[in-house]
Amino acid sequence: MKQRRLGPLAAATAALALGALSSASLADPHPDAELVIDGELHLVTRAPAPEHVAHVFDTVKSGWLYRTDETRALQMDDFDNPGMLYVDRGQDLWDTAEGTADASCASCHGDVETMRGVRATMPRVNDNGELWALENYINDCRTERMGAEPWGWTSDGMKSMTALISLQSRGLPMSVQIDGPAAEYWEQGKEMYYTRYGQLELSCANCHEDNNGRMIRADHLSQGMVNGFPTYRLKNAGIVPMHQRFRGCIRDTRGETFAEGSPEFIALELYVASRGNGLSIEGVSVRQ
Amino acid sequence: MSDIRPRVRVPRTASAGESVLLKTLISHPMETGQRRDGSGNVIPRWIINRFTCEFNGRNVIDMALDPAISTNPYIEFEAVVDETGEFTFTWHDDNGDVYTDTQSIEVA
Repeated sequence: MKQRRLGPLAAATAALALGALSSASLADPHPDAELVIDGELHLVTRAPAPEHVAHVFDTVKSGWLYRTDETRALQMDDFDNPGMLYVDRGQDLWDTAEGTADASCASCHGDVETMRGVRATMPRVNDNGELWALENYINDCRTERMGAEPWGWTSDGMKSMTALISLQSRGLPMSVQIDGPAAEYWEQGKEMYYTRYGQLELSCANCHEDNNGRMIRADHLSQGMVNGFPTYRLKNAGIVPMHQRFRGCIRDTRGETFAEGSPEFIALELYVASRGNGLSIEGVSVRQ
Repeated sequence: MSDIRPRVRVPRTASAGESVLLKTLISHPMETGQRRDGSGNVIPRWIINRFTCEFNGRNVIDMALDPAISTNPYIEFEAVVDETGEFTFTWHDDNGDVYTDTQSIEVA
Protein backbone atom coordinates (compact mmCIF):
# COMPACT_ATOMS: atom_id res chain seq x y z
CA MET A 1 0.00 0.00 0.00
CA LYS A 2 1.25 3.40 -0.96
CA GLN A 3 -0.06 5.00 2.21
CA ARG A 4 2.36 3.05 4.41
CA ARG A 5 5.24 5.07 3.02
CA LEU A 6 3.60 8.37 3.91
CA GLY A 7 3.68 10.12 7.28
CA PRO A 8 0.62 9.75 9.54
CA LEU A 9 -0.82 13.17 8.64
CA ALA A 10 -0.33 12.66 4.91
CA ALA A 11 -1.92 9.22 5.18
CA ALA A 12 -4.93 10.65 6.97
CA THR A 13 -5.30 13.35 4.30
CA ALA A 14 -5.00 10.75 1.56
CA ALA A 15 -7.65 8.60 3.25
CA LEU A 16 -9.98 11.59 3.52
CA ALA A 17 -9.45 12.45 -0.12
CA LEU A 18 -10.11 8.87 -1.11
CA GLY A 19 -13.28 8.82 0.98
CA ALA A 20 -14.55 11.96 -0.69
CA LEU A 21 -13.74 10.59 -4.11
CA SER A 22 -15.48 7.28 -3.54
CA SER A 23 -18.69 8.75 -2.19
CA ALA A 24 -18.86 11.08 -5.17
CA SER A 25 -18.19 8.36 -7.72
CA LEU A 26 -20.55 5.88 -6.09
CA ALA A 27 -23.49 8.22 -6.49
CA ASP A 28 -25.85 7.67 -9.39
CA PRO A 29 -23.63 8.19 -12.45
CA HIS A 30 -26.34 10.01 -14.39
CA PRO A 31 -28.99 11.04 -11.83
CA ASP A 32 -31.32 12.59 -14.40
CA ALA A 33 -31.09 9.84 -17.01
CA GLU A 34 -34.34 8.06 -17.83
CA LEU A 35 -34.46 5.22 -20.34
CA VAL A 36 -37.35 5.85 -22.72
CA ILE A 37 -37.48 3.92 -26.00
CA ASP A 38 -38.69 5.90 -29.03
CA GLY A 39 -40.24 8.43 -26.68
CA GLU A 40 -42.89 5.92 -25.60
CA LEU A 41 -41.74 2.96 -23.56
CA HIS A 42 -40.36 3.79 -20.11
CA LEU A 43 -37.96 1.21 -18.68
CA VAL A 44 -37.05 0.82 -15.02
CA THR A 45 -33.30 1.32 -14.62
CA ARG A 46 -33.34 1.91 -10.85
CA ALA A 47 -35.28 -0.39 -8.55
CA PRO A 48 -35.39 -1.07 -4.82
CA ALA A 49 -32.85 -3.78 -4.05
CA PRO A 50 -34.35 -7.26 -3.65
CA GLU A 51 -34.13 -8.61 -0.10
CA HIS A 52 -31.18 -10.87 -0.84
CA VAL A 53 -28.96 -7.98 -1.98
CA ALA A 54 -30.25 -5.41 0.51
CA HIS A 55 -27.07 -5.92 2.58
CA VAL A 56 -25.10 -4.31 -0.28
CA PHE A 57 -27.33 -1.93 -2.22
CA ASP A 58 -30.36 0.22 -1.48
CA THR A 59 -31.05 0.55 -5.18
CA VAL A 60 -30.11 -1.79 -7.99
CA LYS A 61 -29.15 -0.07 -11.22
CA SER A 62 -29.07 -1.12 -14.83
CA GLY A 63 -25.71 -1.03 -16.55
CA TRP A 64 -27.30 1.46 -18.97
CA LEU A 65 -26.85 4.18 -16.34
CA TYR A 66 -23.08 3.72 -16.34
CA ARG A 67 -22.55 4.31 -20.04
CA THR A 68 -21.72 7.51 -21.89
CA ASP A 69 -24.37 9.90 -23.21
CA GLU A 70 -23.78 8.69 -26.77
CA THR A 71 -24.07 4.99 -25.94
CA ARG A 72 -27.18 5.54 -23.84
CA ALA A 73 -28.78 7.46 -26.70
CA LEU A 74 -28.26 4.56 -29.10
CA GLN A 75 -30.52 2.38 -26.98
CA MET A 76 -33.28 4.99 -26.81
CA ASP A 77 -34.13 4.70 -30.48
CA ASP A 78 -34.85 1.31 -32.02
CA PHE A 79 -33.57 2.48 -35.38
CA ASP A 80 -30.24 3.56 -33.93
CA ASN A 81 -29.91 0.36 -31.87
CA PRO A 82 -27.73 -1.96 -33.99
CA GLY A 83 -28.96 -4.96 -31.96
CA MET A 84 -32.19 -4.72 -33.95
CA LEU A 85 -30.30 -6.16 -36.95
CA TYR A 86 -30.16 -9.40 -34.97
CA VAL A 87 -33.81 -9.12 -34.02
CA ASP A 88 -34.73 -8.87 -37.73
CA ARG A 89 -32.66 -11.93 -38.48
CA GLY A 90 -34.22 -13.72 -35.50
CA GLN A 91 -37.66 -13.04 -36.95
CA ASP A 92 -36.63 -14.67 -40.23
CA LEU A 93 -35.34 -17.70 -38.35
CA TRP A 94 -38.52 -17.88 -36.28
CA ASP A 95 -40.48 -18.39 -39.51
CA THR A 96 -38.00 -20.75 -41.21
CA ALA A 97 -38.89 -24.46 -41.23
CA GLU A 98 -35.92 -26.73 -40.51
CA GLY A 99 -35.08 -30.29 -39.52
CA THR A 100 -36.69 -33.66 -40.07
CA ALA A 101 -40.07 -32.38 -38.83
CA ASP A 102 -39.90 -29.52 -41.36
CA ALA A 103 -41.19 -27.25 -38.62
CA SER A 104 -40.38 -23.66 -37.65
CA CYS A 105 -40.73 -21.99 -34.27
CA ALA A 106 -43.93 -20.46 -35.63
CA SER A 107 -45.40 -23.88 -36.46
CA CYS A 108 -45.91 -24.58 -32.75
CA HIS A 109 -45.69 -21.19 -31.05
CA GLY A 110 -47.43 -19.01 -33.61
CA ASP A 111 -46.55 -15.35 -33.36
CA VAL A 112 -43.35 -14.56 -31.50
CA GLU A 113 -45.35 -12.27 -29.21
CA THR A 114 -46.42 -15.43 -27.37
CA MET A 115 -42.87 -15.41 -25.96
CA ARG A 116 -43.63 -12.30 -23.91
CA GLY A 117 -42.50 -12.90 -20.32
CA VAL A 118 -40.18 -15.81 -21.10
CA ARG A 119 -36.93 -13.88 -20.88
CA ALA A 120 -37.92 -12.33 -17.53
CA THR A 121 -37.98 -15.71 -15.76
CA MET A 122 -34.82 -17.20 -17.27
CA PRO A 123 -32.92 -19.22 -16.21
CA ARG A 124 -35.61 -21.57 -14.92
CA VAL A 125 -35.70 -25.15 -13.60
CA ASN A 126 -37.17 -27.50 -16.22
CA ASP A 127 -39.51 -30.46 -15.72
CA ASN A 128 -36.56 -32.75 -14.99
CA GLY A 129 -35.27 -30.53 -12.21
CA GLU A 130 -32.34 -29.14 -14.22
CA LEU A 131 -31.65 -25.43 -14.40
CA TRP A 132 -31.94 -24.28 -18.00
CA ALA A 133 -31.18 -20.97 -19.66
CA LEU A 134 -33.15 -19.60 -22.61
CA GLU A 135 -30.54 -21.11 -24.95
CA ASN A 136 -31.21 -24.59 -23.54
CA TYR A 137 -34.94 -24.27 -24.15
CA ILE A 138 -34.33 -23.08 -27.72
CA ASN A 139 -32.00 -25.98 -28.50
CA ASP A 140 -34.39 -28.45 -26.90
CA CYS A 141 -37.07 -27.29 -29.32
CA ARG A 142 -34.64 -27.58 -32.21
CA THR A 143 -33.47 -31.12 -31.44
CA GLU A 144 -36.62 -32.67 -29.94
CA ARG A 145 -39.44 -30.99 -31.84
CA MET A 146 -37.87 -29.86 -35.11
CA GLY A 147 -35.29 -32.58 -35.54
CA ALA A 148 -32.73 -29.92 -36.39
CA GLU A 149 -29.12 -29.42 -35.36
CA PRO A 150 -28.68 -27.53 -32.09
CA TRP A 151 -27.16 -24.06 -32.33
CA GLY A 152 -23.86 -23.22 -30.67
CA TRP A 153 -24.30 -21.07 -27.56
CA THR A 154 -22.65 -18.05 -29.20
CA SER A 155 -23.62 -18.79 -32.83
CA ASP A 156 -25.29 -16.12 -34.94
CA GLY A 157 -28.50 -18.15 -35.04
CA MET A 158 -28.66 -18.43 -31.26
CA LYS A 159 -27.81 -14.77 -30.70
CA SER A 160 -30.45 -13.67 -33.19
CA MET A 161 -33.10 -15.89 -31.63
CA THR A 162 -32.36 -14.85 -28.02
CA ALA A 163 -32.40 -11.20 -29.17
CA LEU A 164 -35.82 -11.66 -30.75
CA ILE A 165 -37.30 -13.55 -27.78
CA SER A 166 -35.81 -11.17 -25.21
CA LEU A 167 -37.27 -8.17 -27.02
CA GLN A 168 -40.78 -9.57 -26.47
CA SER A 169 -40.28 -9.13 -22.71
CA ARG A 170 -38.93 -5.61 -22.94
CA GLY A 171 -40.29 -3.50 -20.10
CA LEU A 172 -41.29 -6.43 -17.92
CA PRO A 173 -39.52 -6.66 -14.57
CA MET A 174 -36.86 -9.32 -14.22
CA SER A 175 -38.35 -11.94 -11.91
CA VAL A 176 -36.38 -15.17 -11.69
CA GLN A 177 -37.41 -17.76 -9.14
CA ILE A 178 -34.78 -18.43 -6.47
CA ASP A 179 -36.63 -20.68 -4.02
CA GLY A 180 -38.07 -24.18 -4.33
CA PRO A 181 -36.27 -26.31 -6.92
CA ALA A 182 -34.09 -23.35 -7.95
CA ALA A 183 -32.66 -22.85 -4.44
CA GLU A 184 -29.68 -25.21 -4.77
CA TYR A 185 -28.64 -23.64 -8.09
CA TRP A 186 -29.04 -20.18 -6.65
CA GLU A 187 -26.76 -21.10 -3.72
CA GLN A 188 -24.20 -22.48 -6.18
CA GLY A 189 -24.32 -19.25 -8.17
CA LYS A 190 -23.96 -17.15 -5.03
CA GLU A 191 -20.95 -19.20 -3.96
CA MET A 192 -19.38 -18.51 -7.35
CA TYR A 193 -20.16 -14.80 -7.16
CA TYR A 194 -18.11 -14.45 -3.99
CA THR A 195 -15.30 -16.84 -5.03
CA ARG A 196 -12.03 -15.23 -6.05
CA TYR A 197 -10.86 -16.57 -9.41
CA GLY A 198 -7.63 -16.39 -11.36
CA GLN A 199 -4.14 -15.13 -10.70
CA LEU A 200 -5.56 -11.74 -9.78
CA GLU A 201 -7.82 -13.38 -7.19
CA LEU A 202 -10.90 -11.36 -8.05
CA SER A 203 -14.49 -12.30 -7.37
CA CYS A 204 -17.49 -10.77 -9.10
CA ALA A 205 -18.15 -8.88 -5.85
CA ASN A 206 -14.73 -7.22 -5.80
CA CYS A 207 -15.63 -5.14 -8.84
CA HIS A 208 -19.40 -5.03 -8.96
CA GLU A 209 -20.14 -4.66 -5.22
CA ASP A 210 -17.05 -3.09 -3.69
CA ASN A 211 -16.11 -0.79 -6.55
CA ASN A 212 -19.13 -0.16 -8.73
CA GLY A 213 -19.25 3.44 -9.87
CA ARG A 214 -15.46 3.67 -9.94
CA MET A 215 -13.30 3.47 -13.03
CA ILE A 216 -11.30 0.32 -13.76
CA ARG A 217 -8.80 1.93 -16.10
CA ALA A 218 -11.03 3.32 -18.88
CA ASP A 219 -14.16 1.39 -17.95
CA HIS A 220 -16.91 2.54 -15.62
CA LEU A 221 -17.75 -0.38 -13.32
CA SER A 222 -21.46 -1.08 -13.07
CA GLN A 223 -23.30 -3.23 -10.56
CA GLY A 224 -22.99 -6.08 -13.03
CA MET A 225 -26.72 -6.46 -13.67
CA VAL A 226 -27.78 -8.70 -16.54
CA ASN A 227 -31.26 -7.32 -17.32
CA GLY A 228 -29.93 -5.83 -20.57
CA PHE A 229 -28.72 -9.08 -22.12
CA PRO A 230 -28.32 -10.08 -24.86
CA THR A 231 -26.34 -6.91 -25.33
CA TYR A 232 -25.05 -5.24 -28.48
CA ARG A 233 -21.48 -4.34 -27.59
CA LEU A 234 -19.91 -1.65 -29.73
CA LYS A 235 -16.49 -3.14 -28.97
CA ASN A 236 -17.52 -6.45 -30.59
CA ALA A 237 -19.79 -4.85 -33.22
CA GLY A 238 -22.22 -7.62 -32.38
CA ILE A 239 -24.46 -9.28 -29.83
CA VAL A 240 -22.71 -10.55 -26.72
CA PRO A 241 -24.61 -13.22 -24.78
CA MET A 242 -24.41 -13.25 -21.00
CA HIS A 243 -22.11 -16.26 -20.75
CA GLN A 244 -19.65 -14.70 -23.17
CA ARG A 245 -19.53 -11.68 -20.87
CA PHE A 246 -18.99 -13.94 -17.82
CA ARG A 247 -16.17 -15.60 -19.70
CA GLY A 248 -14.60 -12.25 -20.46
CA CYS A 249 -14.76 -11.25 -16.79
CA ILE A 250 -13.13 -14.47 -15.56
CA ARG A 251 -10.52 -14.31 -18.32
CA ASP A 252 -9.67 -10.80 -17.11
CA THR A 253 -8.89 -12.26 -13.67
CA ARG A 254 -6.31 -14.37 -15.53
CA GLY A 255 -8.26 -17.48 -14.61
CA GLU A 256 -9.35 -20.57 -16.51
CA THR A 257 -12.94 -19.85 -17.41
CA PHE A 258 -15.97 -22.09 -17.52
CA ALA A 259 -17.50 -22.78 -20.92
CA GLU A 260 -20.50 -20.91 -22.29
CA GLY A 261 -23.54 -23.03 -21.49
CA SER A 262 -21.82 -24.91 -18.66
CA PRO A 263 -23.92 -25.76 -15.57
CA GLU A 264 -21.67 -23.43 -13.56
CA PHE A 265 -22.42 -20.43 -15.78
CA ILE A 266 -26.16 -21.18 -15.79
CA ALA A 267 -26.12 -21.23 -11.98
CA LEU A 268 -24.16 -17.96 -11.93
CA GLU A 269 -26.64 -16.52 -14.43
CA LEU A 270 -29.51 -17.33 -12.05
CA TYR A 271 -27.81 -15.71 -9.08
CA VAL A 272 -26.76 -12.57 -10.97
CA ALA A 273 -30.19 -12.29 -12.59
CA SER A 274 -31.86 -12.51 -9.16
CA ARG A 275 -29.81 -9.56 -7.94
CA GLY A 276 -31.56 -7.47 -10.57
CA ASN A 277 -35.11 -8.69 -9.92
CA GLY A 278 -37.31 -5.63 -10.42
CA LEU A 279 -35.24 -3.99 -13.19
CA SER A 280 -36.82 -3.93 -16.65
CA ILE A 281 -35.76 -6.42 -19.25
CA GLU A 282 -34.14 -4.17 -21.85
CA GLY A 283 -34.49 -6.62 -24.71
CA VAL A 284 -31.46 -5.77 -26.73
CA SER A 285 -29.39 -3.23 -24.86
CA VAL A 286 -26.40 -1.28 -26.19
CA ARG A 287 -23.19 -1.09 -24.23
CA GLN A 288 -19.64 0.12 -24.77
CA MET B 1 -23.74 -11.78 -39.62
CA SER B 2 -23.53 -12.75 -43.23
CA ASP B 3 -26.97 -11.73 -44.48
CA ILE B 4 -27.04 -8.17 -45.74
CA ARG B 5 -30.11 -6.16 -45.05
CA PRO B 6 -30.70 -2.43 -45.44
CA ARG B 7 -32.85 -0.49 -43.01
CA VAL B 8 -34.11 3.04 -43.64
CA ARG B 9 -36.15 5.53 -41.68
CA VAL B 10 -37.89 8.38 -43.53
CA PRO B 11 -40.65 10.52 -41.97
CA ARG B 12 -44.06 9.68 -43.45
CA THR B 13 -45.04 13.33 -43.91
CA ALA B 14 -43.38 16.73 -44.10
CA SER B 15 -44.29 20.28 -45.05
CA ALA B 16 -42.97 21.76 -48.29
CA GLY B 17 -39.46 23.14 -47.96
CA GLU B 18 -38.89 21.29 -44.70
CA SER B 19 -35.54 19.71 -43.97
CA VAL B 20 -36.13 16.08 -42.98
CA LEU B 21 -33.79 13.69 -41.18
CA LEU B 22 -33.04 10.43 -43.01
CA LYS B 23 -31.44 7.50 -41.21
CA THR B 24 -29.97 4.44 -42.88
CA LEU B 25 -28.28 1.30 -41.57
CA ILE B 26 -27.09 -1.72 -43.48
CA SER B 27 -25.83 -4.94 -41.96
CA HIS B 28 -22.51 -5.60 -43.66
CA PRO B 29 -19.22 -7.11 -42.43
CA MET B 30 -17.08 -4.29 -43.93
CA GLU B 31 -14.04 -6.56 -44.12
CA THR B 32 -11.04 -4.23 -44.48
CA GLY B 33 -8.72 -6.43 -46.53
CA GLN B 34 -6.03 -5.92 -43.88
CA ARG B 35 -6.75 -9.05 -41.85
CA ARG B 36 -5.50 -12.60 -42.25
CA ASP B 37 -7.32 -15.82 -41.52
CA GLY B 38 -6.05 -18.70 -39.35
CA SER B 39 -3.83 -20.00 -42.19
CA GLY B 40 -2.19 -16.64 -42.82
CA ASN B 41 -4.07 -15.84 -46.03
CA VAL B 42 -5.35 -12.31 -46.53
CA ILE B 43 -9.11 -12.06 -46.15
CA PRO B 44 -10.22 -10.17 -49.27
CA ARG B 45 -11.58 -6.67 -48.88
CA TRP B 46 -15.36 -6.63 -48.86
CA ILE B 47 -16.89 -3.30 -47.99
CA ILE B 48 -19.71 -1.05 -49.05
CA ASN B 49 -17.75 1.35 -51.27
CA ARG B 50 -20.51 3.68 -52.44
CA PHE B 51 -23.80 4.89 -51.05
CA THR B 52 -26.29 7.08 -52.89
CA CYS B 53 -29.68 8.57 -52.22
CA GLU B 54 -32.04 10.00 -54.82
CA PHE B 55 -35.33 11.83 -54.44
CA ASN B 56 -37.68 11.58 -57.43
CA GLY B 57 -34.66 10.85 -59.61
CA ARG B 58 -32.63 13.81 -58.33
CA ASN B 59 -29.39 13.10 -56.51
CA VAL B 60 -29.42 13.91 -52.78
CA ILE B 61 -26.14 12.39 -51.67
CA ASP B 62 -23.40 10.32 -53.31
CA MET B 63 -20.81 9.07 -50.92
CA ALA B 64 -17.57 7.08 -51.25
CA LEU B 65 -16.77 4.76 -48.33
CA ASP B 66 -13.32 3.52 -47.34
CA PRO B 67 -12.06 0.54 -45.33
CA ALA B 68 -11.81 2.28 -41.95
CA ILE B 69 -15.60 2.43 -41.64
CA SER B 70 -16.91 -0.04 -39.10
CA THR B 71 -19.22 -2.97 -39.63
CA ASN B 72 -22.95 -2.27 -40.14
CA PRO B 73 -22.43 1.31 -41.41
CA TYR B 74 -24.96 3.84 -40.19
CA ILE B 75 -25.46 6.95 -42.32
CA GLU B 76 -27.68 9.84 -41.36
CA PHE B 77 -28.26 13.05 -43.29
CA GLU B 78 -30.85 15.72 -44.01
CA ALA B 79 -32.69 16.59 -47.21
CA VAL B 80 -35.03 19.42 -48.10
CA VAL B 81 -38.26 18.13 -49.62
CA ASP B 82 -40.54 20.32 -51.73
CA GLU B 83 -42.94 17.74 -53.15
CA THR B 84 -44.44 14.34 -52.47
CA GLY B 85 -42.15 11.62 -53.72
CA GLU B 86 -39.91 8.68 -53.18
CA PHE B 87 -36.43 8.34 -51.74
CA THR B 88 -34.26 5.61 -53.27
CA PHE B 89 -31.26 4.45 -51.24
CA THR B 90 -28.54 2.37 -52.89
CA TRP B 91 -25.51 0.60 -51.43
CA HIS B 92 -22.77 -0.84 -53.69
CA ASP B 93 -20.25 -3.36 -52.34
CA ASP B 94 -16.91 -4.75 -53.51
CA ASN B 95 -18.49 -7.97 -54.76
CA GLY B 96 -20.55 -5.93 -57.20
CA ASP B 97 -23.73 -6.51 -55.23
CA VAL B 98 -26.21 -3.65 -55.06
CA TYR B 99 -28.78 -3.27 -52.30
CA THR B 100 -31.65 -0.82 -52.55
CA ASP B 101 -34.51 0.37 -50.44
CA THR B 102 -37.21 2.91 -51.23
CA GLN B 103 -39.44 4.97 -48.95
CA SER B 104 -42.06 7.50 -49.89
CA ILE B 105 -42.84 10.77 -48.18
CA GLU B 106 -45.99 12.85 -48.42
CA VAL B 107 -45.58 16.60 -48.57
CA ALA B 108 -48.55 18.65 -47.53
